[in-house]
Amino acid sequence: MYRYDQFDERFVRERVAQFRAQVKRRLDGSLSDDEFKPLRLMNGLYLQLHAYMLRIAVPYGTLASRQLRQLALIADRYDRGYGHFTTRQNMQFNWAKLRDVPDILGLLADVEMHCIQTSGNCIRNVTADHFAGVAADELEDPRPTAELIRQWSSLHPEFSFLPRKFKIAVTGAEHDRAAVKVHDIGLRILRHPDTGETGYEVIVGGGLGRTPYVGKVVREFLPRRDLLAYLEAIVRVYNADGRRDNKFKARIKILVHEIGTEEFRRRVEEEFAQLDGPTINADPEEVARIAAYFAPPAYEKLPAKSNAYEAHRAANPAFATWADANVFPHRVPGYAALTISLKAIGEAPGDISSEQMRLVADLAEKYSFDELRVTHMQNVVLAHVRQADLFAVWQKLCEAGLATPNVGLITDIIACPGLDYCALATARSIPIAQALSKRFADQARQKEIGPLGIKISGCINACGHHHIGNIGILGLEKNGVENYQITLGGDATENAAIGGHLGPGIDAKDVPDAIERLVDVYLAQREDGEIFIDTVRRIGVTPFKEVFVAKTHAKSKEPENAVA
Amino acid sequence: MPLLDRKGLKQNPFVRAEVVDETAGPNVIVPWAQVQAALAARAKDQQIGVDLPNNVAYGDVLALADQLALVTIDFPAFTDGRAFTLARRLRNNGFQGVLRARGNLIADQFPYAFACGFDEVEPSEAVYARQPEEQWLAAAGRITHTYQRNYGDAGNILDQRRAARLAKEQAHDK
Ligand code: SF4
Repeated sequence: MYRYDQFDERFVRERVAQFRAQVKRRLDGSLSDDEFKPLRLMNGLYLQLHAYMLRIAVPYGTLASRQLRQLALIADRYDRGYGHFTTRQNMQFNWAKLRDVPDILGLLADVEMHCIQTSGNCIRNVTADHFAGVAADELEDPRPTAELIRQWSSLHPEFSFLPRKFKIAVTGAEHDRAAVKVHDIGLRILRHPDTGETGYEVIVGGGLGRTPYVGKVVREFLPRRDLLAYLEAIVRVYNADGRRDNKFKARIKILVHEIGTEEFRRRVEEEFAQLDGPTINADPEEVARIAAYFAPPAYEKLPAKSNAYEAHRAANPAFATWADANVFPHRVPGYAALTISLKAIGEAPGDISSEQMRLVADLAEKYSFDELRVTHMQNVVLAHVRQADLFAVWQKLCEAGLATPNVGLITDIIACPGLDYCALATARSIPIAQALSKRFADQARQKEIGPLGIKISGCINACGHHHIGNIGILGLEKNGVENYQITLGGDATENAAIGGHLGPGIDAKDVPDAIERLVDVYLAQREDGEIFIDTVRRIGVTPFKEVFVAKTHAKSKEPENAVA
Repeated sequence: MPLLDRKGLKQNPFVRAEVVDETAGPNVIVPWAQVQAALAARAKDQQIGVDLPNNVAYGDVLALADQLALVTIDFPAFTDGRAFTLARRLRNNGFQGVLRARGNLIADQFPYAFACGFDEVEPSEAVYARQPEEQWLAAAGRITHTYQRNYGDAGNILDQRRAARLAKEQAHDK
């Protein structure tokens, strides 16, 4: 993975000193509260309901063991012994104190980490496919591109006070695991159909929030060397023309929608044509320098199939169940990528204790070339494990309560922090996730249901990405009571789709029943081997809607299902 | 209002006026709406500057560029970054005159202003009362070098890496 050179190192150290001075200037009154706010946000520091929350950048979700250990240390010293992985592959601490933050930043800098632009109206932490370098369907590892963009966007003099936040995602695979179509800019690495040269498809104006849009292709093929100049052109057009009169209409998706894709493309291309590319773009040598850090690790030459692994599977059904759900095929023979689920039944999605962090760091060091990935599903991946080692890893995970076999299944739920932490929330989301996870805890039943993604947001801002959940749950507030809207048919992959509403909102206590009824419709209607989202696509929303609306109005008589 | 550049506080040779005549002085800044009239009315040795809002079409400004001695761009709020882009576009398209950022920007934005092509800053009195000269100068030097090329930082990180690479290659060739 990427390592800082002397320039990166100095940059991050200076950024820490800068923030330390900003905190001091806030305390002595030089900076007003209004002035300090965007400055602290650009350093990942939010004011939450009960305390400050510090969001730490995990660029494109890649972490080294020593970095995760440092996060564990910070969790113990400055938080309550745990952290929270977010849907943007970052880590959040929910109980930081303002006066401690500069010291925390110093500890992060010690391991080549920072909080730069994890919040605020600027270009945010760049995300990428968590199976980068692993998946067989990958044309090119997206992380060098993401790292290049990370550097380019850091403290950008022109683009640090944009109309609104700005998110970029990169994928280099056919199957889109980075949700590039619902980002402000999505980049898909591809080969030019005629020349075979690799470059980027540039998708702009996707996004969730209160007006969800699937992004539009603005450039079908962008030569690799032009990347930074083209990004500059897009963000410049947005900075100049994006709406600033209404916070809810300020994202680039609204600009693209209001002026149309054609006109947007024209403005970007006009701007791009004025730019002197060679003075802006990174040299190919610089791109190669970054890419070299992401060269494949020194894999052993192994047989494609491990006999030890097969034997353990045969002898231990619990292990086999876990492996079926959590192990992802690796393109290198004899290896596997495994996902450690942070969705233990009844726990808050994405939470991880400092002890668990240390254990996971040890496992990564011993079994996976010292490298971890954070996924936008709020799980952690060990990317390169020998199949023969999977059993040993699983045993250690079992001891730590980290062997939940539910990756991609109905209890692998994404939930934003919601009203338990977030100042913007209109409803709780974590307790809904917990109730659903308990309701569907039965392993055999989960397996029977198969891949099904539930995503929960605690307000219209949609940090839980509910629109692109196969089942989406949006927590609102109606007359002082939490009220949940259910959507169906969302999809985060290359078939990106925004879910449709099923009917009026329901009470928290009715959510598990309602979801169960939707699942029952699927089980009754599915054809052989058909997964949930495909059934929804085939039969449409109506059969689900009928059941949902019919039952929603019937009074629930099961108070024991209430969400505590 | 105070005026600062990289070296600190400086004299402001310009005065503001709605209309330009002989009494207006040698260096006059007029509002954007009055610029045509001012250019028509000015005396031979009078220098004309203009106060721009941050949302004018940059092409309209460029059309007058060689008659303008100074262009200032407003920051209605420090969170509104449009002035950075407008300055960039003027510079990218050949504007050579003096560019001044004015209004509600804060000391922490001083280096960004230079990077985007501004020469000087005229902050509001209210901000300057809390953030005096030394805070602006300190802010300007906090981050020695950043990653963006072509933003006025001759020592930007990408160019330094390139220089280091070339030096290494040369040493290798010898
Ligand atoms: S979706 Fe709303 S409640 Fe949830 S984290 Fe985002 S802003 Fe907070």
